Amino acid sequence: MDSDLSPQDRKDLDKFIKFFALKTVQVIVQARLGEKICTRSSSSPTGSDWFNLAIKDIPEVTHEAKKALAGQLPGIGRSMCVEISLKTSEGDSMELETWCLEMNEKCDKDIKVSYTVYNRLSVLLKSLLAITRVTPAYKLSRKQGHDYVILYRIYFGEVHLSGLGEGFQTVRVGVVGTPIGTVTLSCAYRINLAFMSNRQFERTAPIMGIIVDHFVDPPCSNQRPANMGHPCNYRAPEEEEGAFAGVQDSQEVCTTSFSTSPPSQLYASRLSYQPAAEFCHPAANTNQVLQGGKEGGVVLVPSQPPHGAEVHLTVENNTPSSSGDEEGLLQSGEGGRRSVSPSDPVESLSAFTRKVGAFVNKPSTQITASSLDLPFAAFAPRGLDSEENDPMVHPPDSPPCQSPLQASLHSQGSDGSVQQDDFVMVDFRPAFSKDDLMPMDLGTFYREFQNPPQLASLSLNTSSQSMADDLDSLPEKLRVYEKNIDEFDAFVDMLQ
Amino acid sequence: MNCRSEVLEVTVEARQVEEAMLALLHTILLHRSTGKFHYKKEGTYSIGTVGTQDIDCDFIDFSFVRVTSEELDRVIRKAVSEFKDALSNSGSDGVGQISLEFYQKKKSRWPFSDECIPWEVWSIKVNVVNLANEQERQICREKVGEKLGEKVINVVEVINRHEYLPKMPTQSEVDNVFDTSLKDVQPYLYKITYQITDSLGTSVSTTMRRLIKDTLAL
Repeated sequence: MDSDLSPQDRKDLDKFIKFFALKTVQVIVQARLGEKICTRSSSSPTGSDWFNLAIKDIPEVTHEAKKALAGQLPGIGRSMCVEISLKTSEGDSMELETWCLEMNEKCDKDIKVSYTVYNRLSVLLKSLLAITRVTPAYKLSRKQGHDYVILYRIYFGEVHLSGLGEGFQTVRVGVVGTPIGTVTLSCAYRINLAFMSNRQFERTAPIMGIIVDHFVDPPCSNQRPANMGHPCNYRAPEEEEGAFAGVQDSQEVCTTSFSTSPPSQLYASRLSYQPAAEFCHPAANTNQVLQGGKEGGVVLVPSQPPHGAEVHLTVENNTPSSSGDEEGLLQSGEGGRRSVSPSDPVESLSAFTRKVGAFVNKPSTQITASSLDLPFAAFAPRGLDSEENDPMVHPPDSPPCQSPLQASLHSQGSDGSVQQDDFVMVDFRPAFSKDDLMPMDLGTFYREFQNPPQLASLSLNTSSQSMADDLDSLPEKLRVYEKNIDEFDAFVDMLQ
Repeated sequence: MNCRSEVLEVTVEARQVEEAMLALLHTILLHRSTGKFHYKKEGTYSIGTVGTQDIDCDFIDFSFVRVTSEELDRVIRKAVSEFKDALSNSGSDGVGQISLEFYQKKKSRWPFSDECIPWEVWSIKVNVVNLANEQERQICREKVGEKLGEKVINVVEVINRHEYLPKMPTQSEVDNVFDTSLKDVQPYLYKITYQITDSLGTSVSTTMRRLIKDTLAL
């Protein structure tokens, strides 16, 4: 097949493809570092700038690429892929895009290797530079920092696109025909940025705070599991010698502060956002869970998710008269959109207990469905009242989180039919909530006084009734007044 | 040889015109520029290195890559700025078109002047809209960003068809193919022209044809 190709041409072609693959990886990873890239043009050729483009070589990236290639070249059936994924500070990760450098069998025998192929590969690299700024992951990578980081992973062999979710899009960067096949560069990127929650709630160690160093993988390190990526935020480790001469110290992580709100605040509106699935923070949940679990022993019974999209939790109070026990409730508030479903089990609402303060000996008073004894009860779903317009029930999109507690309310969520049995109680202590005179907490108080009963005189039925009565009794009253008219006149005279 | 012609159309707000044009023109020029040629003996030449830099737009949710060359950037900015001024002077709902034309010079015998033969023309049609409130502007920011992304993909698609490109010239011919006036990069010979139509869709009486970069002396 390549008998027409001279040995020198073949050697050149192999070299071109090898360096093209390495430069492709550099361009992709550098585009996801989270910062603007700037390289200088140089009119005098230095001899080391492949394809006449000034593309820095990050040594770690080159090392990873060479490791993945393991001496082979991209060929037919052997593609080189760079997978870009996002990992939140809580440990959730999501594949964002996969760049594939492939070779197919279509050969272009007449093309000149050292000249045309080389120039076309150069144009293809320029196209890659342009396209890497256009896919959605670019904007995400520019905002990486405390809340999430972007990782990359290079692999060789078959292309795997299943991690990109449904409906991923593909953009072809370009093709270059060579005498041994056609080099194709393309990118498949996710458009469904809803977080996948088909993972278990992991009991990971509490995250104290994201230190970027946690993610820096020194070269040749084997600590990382094989399928985990490398961070796209290169920082030269201090212990290394000054071998990284080519890398500027401008490669710092962009530390924009970011709230833990649902994704609709993070991404541009065009990115599809599924309200049901939001960022899960299992670790954050775990933290709170671990604290609350020390006190009390309340059994939590998760109710059936009405639409399979949200999880509501109820609490059954088994020990109403326990003293010295503090009972808390686990809020699995669904931030963002919350639909009021009339089919919410009323019995679950009626099972809500009144929160009892510490060292209270009084038994629980009457439980009414309307006095939901929940902290932040205003945010709890109310299946009884049809309040479609109530902003408490349908909060506007992604309300900003003002406190960690609220953040945990709004940002917990799970998709699909997640039936979690391993809930643990969380003890909520809103400020100023203890009142021994009235065993009512702030949330209940607020709720009750927000809905005062209607004035009796204003209710329509009673007023119409009294009107009829008045009309009937008028003639009788007139007769009485006429009889006593003398008395009334005397009274009036007295006043004058 | 037929001239390849591509048309891109964008709808932007008045303040986004400049950045949108810069983004598209620079993306095209990135692909149509090489390093400086250095001719050696025996007819061989070496090519300099082209640097690139990321540019963030202020009025559009978009970033693009351009060649690192201040001179080239100045020239393009000047052309775009004139286009923008012409657009804004024409009326509130102006429609305009800016064209980037790559051409080759063909030397003719005296007394005829050199011919300019275009081999690729990119026309960017611009519709300027006025928006009423800040919310619409915010949506416009994002939408225009998306649209520009699509246009970049279109540009890349066309360029990667690897259709006609002028042959690499010898040293004596290099000025007929490339613009060698810049000191750090060498784009193919190009010129930028523009045309404004007012909101009625008719050409302005004097079709303003500004030759920003034209090595042809008339």
